[in-house]
Amino acid sequence: MTQPIDIQSLRTRLEGSRGREYWRSLEAVSETPEFKEFLHREFPQNASEWLDPVGRRGFLKLMGASLTLAGVSACTRQPDEAIVPYVRQPEELVPGKPLFYATAMPFAGAGIGLLVENHEGRPTKIEGNPDHPTSRGATDLFAQASILDLYDPDRSQTITHLGEIRTFEAFAGALKEVLTGQQSSRGSGLRILSETVTSPTLNAQIDELLGRFPQAKWVQWEPFSRHNAREGSRLAFGEYVDAQYAIDKADVVLSLDSDFLCAGGNGLSHARAFASRRRLEGDKAAFIRLYAVESSPSNTGTKADHRLPLRASEIEAFARAVAAQVGVTAAGETAAPAAAQNWMAALVKDLQAARGRSLVIAGDSQPPVVHALAHAMNEALGNVGATVSYTQTAEARPINQVEALRELVGEMNAGTVSFLLILGGNPVYTAPADLKFTEALGKVGLRAHVGLHQDETAAQCHWHVPQAHYLESWSDVRAADGTVSIIQPLIAPLYGGRSFHEVVAALSESGPRPAYDLLRAFWNGEGVAPRQPVTAPAGRGVAAPAPAPAPAAARGAQPAAAAPPAASTFDRDWRRWLHDGVMPNTAFAPRPVTVQANAIAGAPASPRGQGLDVVFLPDPSVYDGRFANNAWLQELPKSLTKLTWDNAALVGPATAARLNLVSGDVVELKQGNNSIRIPVWINPGHAADTVTVHLGYGRTRAGRVGNGTGVNVNPLRSTAAPHILTGVELTKTGDSYELACTQDHWSLEGRNIVRVGTREQFEQDRDFVKKMEHLPLSKVTMLTQEFKYDGYAWGMAIDQNVCTGCNSCVVACQAENNVPVVGKSQVLNGREMHWLRVDRYYTGEIDNPDTYHQPMPCQQCESAPCEVVCPVSATVHSDEGLNDMVYNRCVGTRYCSNNCPYKVRRFNFLLYSDWNTQSLWPLRNPDVTVRSRGVMEKCTYCVQRINHARVAAKLEDRRIQDGEVLTACQSACPTNAIVFGDINDPNSRVSQLKKSPLNYPLLAELNTRPRTTYLAVVRNPNTELEPTPAAAGDGEGH
Amino acid sequence: MPQIFRRSANTTSKLSLAGLLILVGGLIFTAIVVARSSYVTRAHEFVEQPVQFSHRHHVKDDGIDCRYCHTSVETSPFAGIPPTKTCMNCHSQIWAQAPILEPIRVSFREDRPVRWIRVHDLPDFVYFNHSIHVKKGMGCETCHGRIDEMPLTLQENTLQMEWCVNCHRNPENYVRPRSEIYTMGYKPPVPQSVIGAQLVKEYGIRGNTSCSTCHR
Repeated sequence: MTQPIDIQSLRTRLEGSRGREYWRSLEAVSETPEFKEFLHREFPQNASEWLDPVGRRGFLKLMGASLTLAGVSACTRQPDEAIVPYVRQPEELVPGKPLFYATAMPFAGAGIGLLVENHEGRPTKIEGNPDHPTSRGATDLFAQASILDLYDPDRSQTITHLGEIRTFEAFAGALKEVLTGQQSSRGSGLRILSETVTSPTLNAQIDELLGRFPQAKWVQWEPFSRHNAREGSRLAFGEYVDAQYAIDKADVVLSLDSDFLCAGGNGLSHARAFASRRRLEGDKAAFIRLYAVESSPSNTGTKADHRLPLRASEIEAFARAVAAQVGVTAAGETAAPAAAQNWMAALVKDLQAARGRSLVIAGDSQPPVVHALAHAMNEALGNVGATVSYTQTAEARPINQVEALRELVGEMNAGTVSFLLILGGNPVYTAPADLKFTEALGKVGLRAHVGLHQDETAAQCHWHVPQAHYLESWSDVRAADGTVSIIQPLIAPLYGGRSFHEVVAALSESGPRPAYDLLRAFWNGEGVAPRQPVTAPAGRGVAAPAPAPAPAAARGAQPAAAAPPAASTFDRDWRRWLHDGVMPNTAFAPRPVTVQANAIAGAPASPRGQGLDVVFLPDPSVYDGRFANNAWLQELPKSLTKLTWDNAALVGPATAARLNLVSGDVVELKQGNNSIRIPVWINPGHAADTVTVHLGYGRTRAGRVGNGTGVNVNPLRSTAAPHILTGVELTKTGDSYELACTQDHWSLEGRNIVRVGTREQFEQDRDFVKKMEHLPLSKVTMLTQEFKYDGYAWGMAIDQNVCTGCNSCVVACQAENNVPVVGKSQVLNGREMHWLRVDRYYTGEIDNPDTYHQPMPCQQCESAPCEVVCPVSATVHSDEGLNDMVYNRCVGTRYCSNNCPYKVRRFNFLLYSDWNTQSLWPLRNPDVTVRSRGVMEKCTYCVQRINHARVAAKLEDRRIQDGEVLTACQSACPTNAIVFGDINDPNSRVSQLKKSPLNYPLLAELNTRPRTTYLAVVRNPNTELEPTPAAAGDGEGH
Repeated sequence: MPQIFRRSANTTSKLSLAGLLILVGGLIFTAIVVARSSYVTRAHEFVEQPVQFSHRHHVKDDGIDCRYCHTSVETSPFAGIPPTKTCMNCHSQIWAQAPILEPIRVSFREDRPVRWIRVHDLPDFVYFNHSIHVKKGMGCETCHGRIDEMPLTLQENTLQMEWCVNCHRNPENYVRPRSEIYTMGYKPPVPQSVIGAQLVKEYGIRGNTSCSTCHR
């Protein structure tokens, strides 16, 4: 274990430092021996040593044998390879060329529009749908990684009844029997438990079922549903509504513990809108300012100009104080927490100065009253209709999910539930511990579970039906703004999975019916129950059968009156919906609502916490555990902690110092009779007296990847406090646990790696970034003569000003480039393979540092240190300026990596790619080599995409257009922070960005002349809170 | 002290040193020869197919254009192997009962693809693109040989990198007019040295030799 770090001495050291200092971890500031090793060695010590239990003799024997055999293998012939054409080739399919299909991913109560790359019938890569309002071409990390879920070898593969294999017909028969039994009691023993349903068709199907069985009930439950937001809107307006934020129209935003840039169904569009107001192009005066008050550091908080860490249970008091001062009379108590005192005046002044251009956003973990106060503040500030509008909710049937689940468990315990159909989700794992869901479930007569995995819930059910993955099934889904997308399958179900539509249809009078027919019938206005009289389903909001408008024009349009399209036009519309991936004019219209001040005033103030507060959040990587078996997400360094393969209890440095904790200490968190044992991780910037724990780990039946990772924090969670638990005791157990953290891996040594200025600084001196260059340029060059680039010269510019550190680029790169995962023990050895990493730097005091994200792909140097040291010319310069990596030449000397100042090269120490699991073969990108062991690899600027574009352009006798080649990281980025293109073309976007005064290369003094350059961060602080530093030269990193 | 070795030992040791050199040289030479031999490259080797398809018959005797079957050669990296349907276009009418075509009929009837054996099999780390080579004036014959004279298809060239690079470095020696791509037995109307340079210029051929052109 690492040496404990003395937090007090760290503080002193940071205060004593001259100018700004940027650090990646507490270990880096205290310059522990471990950190120095990370810094000075190419790979950490363990990475390049043979640690497995094979003696030297055994090793030499093996080496000798392999050398001999390698010589022999050079003379072997390639085995025969089959080539299997179609019997009848489908139309439009050209072998060797991928097709892209529009679809959507339903996730946590909203859909994200996607385009999925399909190679001869197998989906390989997910991109965002540019025509979709909440995607705009970007994706989040979950959407990127969901393709791996499709091919997950641990997915459940057969319908089972008490563990024995059955047919779907047998299951449908069993359902029929249940329904016959329920006929007399009108369904009083029939319950359906689903996740949040935003599919209009599924909703209509369940409604139809409930129509026939009026005593039956449908409960929706997700551990992180937006139920606080929902209840907040009911408190404020008397009804459930969704707030739709126009962040691009706001000048001042106050976030109350909200991670609106990354979380939620609208995170992608929020991030894009925010970025459009952060870029220093065009009108600089309209530069957004973000205040964030939060307990647990979030990606949104890292983008804030002013960030205030407050313990979770104090945020309500803060909200009340701000509300009172901006003119909300119902706010009640007005004493702001002490820590916020010096903030208040400046914040309120700023908000009021920006009336109609300000915005207050409350976070999903905050209690309903905070949401109601945010609504009231927005109304008082005149923002409604300007920066915020209200619409009906994305889910057709918003309910209080916690209450509904509690009620369901009560009924199950009372023995009145005779049949429970669980449609997706994993309630046995996710239901708050106080419900004792598993126990209650045992009292249900017949239990059926439909899900992707034979998970904890499936194990407790009589029937289990494998669910068809969304890439395998027909469905529909509403986006957060209401826009409907048809989900079309990219591949036939791999394991004969069934969609929810098919399962619910098996409960209908007409019996099982394909989802495709159901969808078409629903959207054609025929309804989902053919024997019922035809009525237009309520709340459809389908466009009148006007000529299908171009998708671009339809965006943001208001819904037309619902009218069933005539049959002749339906097919045409249907094809257009499938092609575009969106149904035009289905976004919700704003709904006029007024704040009911009395209701808010009547809401009791939540008690301020004693002891410690515990905040429950979905894990940034595996969410609520549904992605626990997804190795890409497990190994993804979490954006702010850089932890992999585990969750931890995050505490602030102050609390850690007070309780004498070091990262890795196992502690017991206890409240009442509930307790968990979890390792601690010290997170700079975390609010004091608050502990953040993430749900999603400690799964027991996730699969071969997810089992046994991390700690299940659910035993501490209760229906009374599903998000913020107060009065928690923390005790050290004396044990410690090794967490695989990558924050110090691949550390760079140099000055001014991150450059930051303020808007005022920039306006006074546009070249302030250049002046941060202190060291003289090295005369050393790797070039014997200058390369000439007659054609294209590829380059990249990364705008740190808009990067939110959301990690979707990292997963996108992994999916595109067949990057393997290595597992926790290998991460601990520093052998992770990500071609693109996002470095996170802190600056300032450890209790509330500024945080910056810096994506690090290969810098593709002009004068590349890696190229000259390769003894076998396996890494060489291309005529377009790429540092080509030739795997088949590489013999694994690792000299290149040793010589790389950016530490972007990755070595396959072992055979990390899974060559044996057959279900993973079709996942691989056929355009990229699957690397074997002993080979160096690194970012190629997605050269396969460049090559495809080059051939496409040459076939049409033209040049590659700007924007034609999007690297995988670039296309996934929600904020367009990564821009790639031809720097020989002065008009390309990347050339324009490189001309920006903010543009700077990393470690420029080494004269490597990297093709990847960075745009400095320009913050927009309120001068009342942070006076502009008088002395120039702020930003020095000494 | 008497001499341990006799004078003749000098000769023996010189000879054995030379012999060792020759042995090592010979081994290296053998390795080089073997690596380029048909045994390793599988050039000029007949491949047993489910149906012994004759290119000679279909190309020379019947005069069917390459692109009738290899439909995507101008648009895709992969030239395309015809689906069973393409075979059946004709063979549902002619030779409809021929026993040799039974696998084709079975495939069509049972909707089960024919499993052909790849004749031109590049290593998995090489990415070749047919469409761009066709576009830039590389005839089929240049790489695939006189397909119209092959009753059984075989690989004409080594497909080794040396062979690829030979053309990428000197495309003018091989390029032909786009109108002659699919011609078998093409003879340049004027000497290749004249027309080659001219076509390289006209078609804008750069003969890209960066590693990432083919390896990625």
